[in-house]
Amino acid sequence: MEYTLRIKRYNPEKDVKPHFEEYKVTADAKDRVLDVLNQIKWDEDGSLTYRRSCAHGICGSDAMRINGRNRLACKLLMKDLPSKITIEPLLGFKVVKDLVVDMNKFFDAYKSVQPYLIADEHSGAGERRQSPAQREQFEDTTKCILCAACTTACPVTWTSDDFVGPAAIVNAHRFIFDSRDQGASQRLRVLNSGSGVWRCRTIFNCTDACPRGIEVTRAIEEVKRALLYEQV
Amino acid sequence: MAYHRFDAVIVGAGGAGLMAAIQMAGKANVAVVSKLYPPRSHTGAAQGGISAALGNVEEDHWRWHMFDTVKGGDYLVDQDAAAVLAREAIDAVYELEHMGLPFNRTPDGRIDQRRFGGHTRNYGEGPVRRACYAADRTGHMIIQTLYQQGIKNQLNFFDEHHLMDVLFSEDGQCCGVVTMEMSTGEIHVIHAKMVLIATGGYGRVWSVTSNAIAGTGDGVAITYRRGVPVMDMEFYQFHPTGLYRLGILLSEAARGEGGILRNKDGEAFCARYAPTLKDLAPRDMISRFIHQEIMAGRGINGEDYVHLDLTHLPPELIDEKLPDVTDFARTYLDVEPKTEGVPVQPTAHYAMGGLPTNIDGQVIQDRDATPVPGLYSAGESACVSVHGANRLGTNSLVDLVVFGRRAGKHMLASLEHAEWAPLPPEPEYVAQASIDRLLSAPKSGKGERISDIRSTMQKVMMADVSVERSETSLLRAEETIRQLQGAYTYASVMDKSKVFNTDLTEALELGCLLDCAEATIHGALARQESRGAHYRSDFTTRDDKNWLAHSLVYKTSGGLELAKKPVTITEFEPKERKY
Ligand SMILES: Cc1cc2nc3c(=O)[nH]c(=O)nc-3n(C[C@H](O)[C@H](O)[C@H](O)COP(=O)(O)OP(=O)(O)OC[C@H]3O[C@@H](n4cnc5c(N)ncnc54)[C@H](O)[C@@H]3O)c2cc1C
Ligand code: FES
Repeated sequence: MEYTLRIKRYNPEKDVKPHFEEYKVTADAKDRVLDVLNQIKWDEDGSLTYRRSCAHGICGSDAMRINGRNRLACKLLMKDLPSKITIEPLLGFKVVKDLVVDMNKFFDAYKSVQPYLIADEHSGAGERRQSPAQREQFEDTTKCILCAACTTACPVTWTSDDFVGPAAIVNAHRFIFDSRDQGASQRLRVLNSGSGVWRCRTIFNCTDACPRGIEVTRAIEEVKRALLYEQV
Repeated sequence: MAYHRFDAVIVGAGGAGLMAAIQMAGKANVAVVSKLYPPRSHTGAAQGGISAALGNVEEDHWRWHMFDTVKGGDYLVDQDAAAVLAREAIDAVYELEHMGLPFNRTPDGRIDQRRFGGHTRNYGEGPVRRACYAADRTGHMIIQTLYQQGIKNQLNFFDEHHLMDVLFSEDGQCCGVVTMEMSTGEIHVIHAKMVLIATGGYGRVWSVTSNAIAGTGDGVAITYRRGVPVMDMEFYQFHPTGLYRLGILLSEAARGEGGILRNKDGEAFCARYAPTLKDLAPRDMISRFIHQEIMAGRGINGEDYVHLDLTHLPPELIDEKLPDVTDFARTYLDVEPKTEGVPVQPTAHYAMGGLPTNIDGQVIQDRDATPVPGLYSAGESACVSVHGANRLGTNSLVDLVVFGRRAGKHMLASLEHAEWAPLPPEPEYVAQASIDRLLSAPKSGKGERISDIRSTMQKVMMADVSVERSETSLLRAEETIRQLQGAYTYASVMDKSKVFNTDLTEALELGCLLDCAEATIHGALARQESRGAHYRSDFTTRDDKNWLAHSLVYKTSGGLELAKKPVTITEFEPKERKY
């Protein structure tokens, strides 16, 4: 199949502002978008720049906007795309080069929710006990790969600089609902503040964008409910 | 150029590097350098589990685990190290749980365990449930949990810094590293009292692999160029069940939960080769069974793949325990595992070899195990050796946490009396020269492009140095790699810019892959026997008389040199491996 890719390019050493470049490629229906980007980079234009590593949707490196939606380039096959494809960097973050964005803001927001187990030293021998049902409470939010697809799909993060964003809330949820954790109140304080969950307008873009199928909006709602009813 | 000084620098933020760094957090000044953001490390790809003889669901003992590890490794395992691995695995898994790792649980709230290839009860009687797991995302949970601990402990992360060189003082003490910061292209010299290499594996040497695109053996190759030997490189594991053509891994957990391999006649052929463990025999064997079926014309439709059959498993079990594995089959091959066989073929998966270390993670330089002052390694880049000629499933994650932790603790203790060794003059020289060459070489002609060199290497290694090799195939591969190394010295990159130049880093990585390939072939040619993952069609049996020994390959100005290092045997005398 023949495809035309319009890719947004920006090299800070040469360009004043980003511009689109067009590439015509022949690709197999089963190729990943990442395979096609590699094909362009390796055969045609070595300067095309994007992040990638695992190539099968588990490392979170290659989230980008493909035909207006945030996708992992390695998890989207050509057969699921029309013959004209537009690829842009994630919205809302500074572009470093081509499809590579500055992730500092993203990781800072993540760190602000104290994304680690807060608990007393376990005194007994062996593991802490946790029932399968207790584990089920936060199973969904453990799947996050920190790719930023959800956060950069959220219109609130495009317009406001200080909203922690869906990914940070997902990671807070992962601990708030973990029966072993004792840090819920600290995290809820952060999420109850001006930059926290109340900025969420329940637009569902985040849930649509998540390549791991995490029910992001639901997790945010559960955190909101925890704040309202102090459920944890 | 930027200059930094730290007590210790850890290169690689996968499971091994982070585990080591966490031991030192708050007690020493440690830098953690990684070319990827830490949670993007390939540890996150591990699916099936991490073994420890907890005995949560049935009787188990660490000595059984040790025995399985030794036997699985075809007796090339150093048994003192295997004892450490199996014994400390138990504590390491509890430590991960205490850090917050969300393991699957038994009804009474303990860590649940499942079966995995080669893990048995009572010295080989039958399969045992030893693998602790978190769905089929165990590695994801490990890397997330350790990164979380890194944040909690405020480690000094140098994210997206590409290792360029490892530095030694004039008297041979390792004293730091040189990195390139991706976002600016700036060179950094990090002066340190000790260095840990934890840069993972090099599956990208082969065309069909389960490894990340970043799995290019950088730390191993760069250290090897500095004269440090690599050990047992001829032992590279091909995992039996890679998605056809793509190489993406379908975890052994699929067979642990009851999946069966079938040939074109629908026959469950593993039972014919390994009557006791059948589909759960060790990986080297199953990969060879598949290879033999394909060679005998029993691949599906006569092609070079077989089917992984899950159709007889309860759909709920598939959803609950194998969600990611089945998702891969659906996404990438458009196959529904609940109703049809999944096309699979062996895929380049794991480096048993690497930088030789002792059980404290110190890199050693000769057959007498003399440490290289200041240099450590852990994880897939290291060869302790606990995996010998063939690693058992789940034992790599154990290796990362057990030996990552031991290395970190040993470094911390050694820091007390470690001295600063002076940096060599112009420490950035080698790094800068390699960048300058790639940026300034004239435009490559056909055949000298980085991507062409890489794909030729991958194809020849797949054809001639994979599940089966012979003197003829190895000599052919050796010659090709030599030519490609020649072409590489003239190759150039298209992108000449400083900021985030991945054209440049891919070229640097290719240089590392070529060195890993070279050492692999050298070891494979020398070893005239078949053992574990190293199967020679011209020497089909194991030869304990001549080859119950590790191989060390040195890169010297006069060419490659090979030495043998004795295997440590404590309790289990080598026997024929039968399953
Ligand atoms: C698909 C898959 C499934 C697996 N499943 C299992 C399993 O179920 N159980 C099991 O025990 N094992 C499994 N393994 C094996 C195991 O996951 C790996 O061997 C292990 O995770 C390697 O960990 P590591 O810490 O050594 O390296 P990695 O996790 O690969 O980390 C390497 C680190 O080094 C850094 N690095 C590399 N080069 C450079 C450079 N030039 N400069 C700076 N930094 C650099 C990277 O950024 C990264 O942080 C699996 C492997 C694969 C591929
Ligand atoms: S490359 Fe890892 S998620 Fe796409």
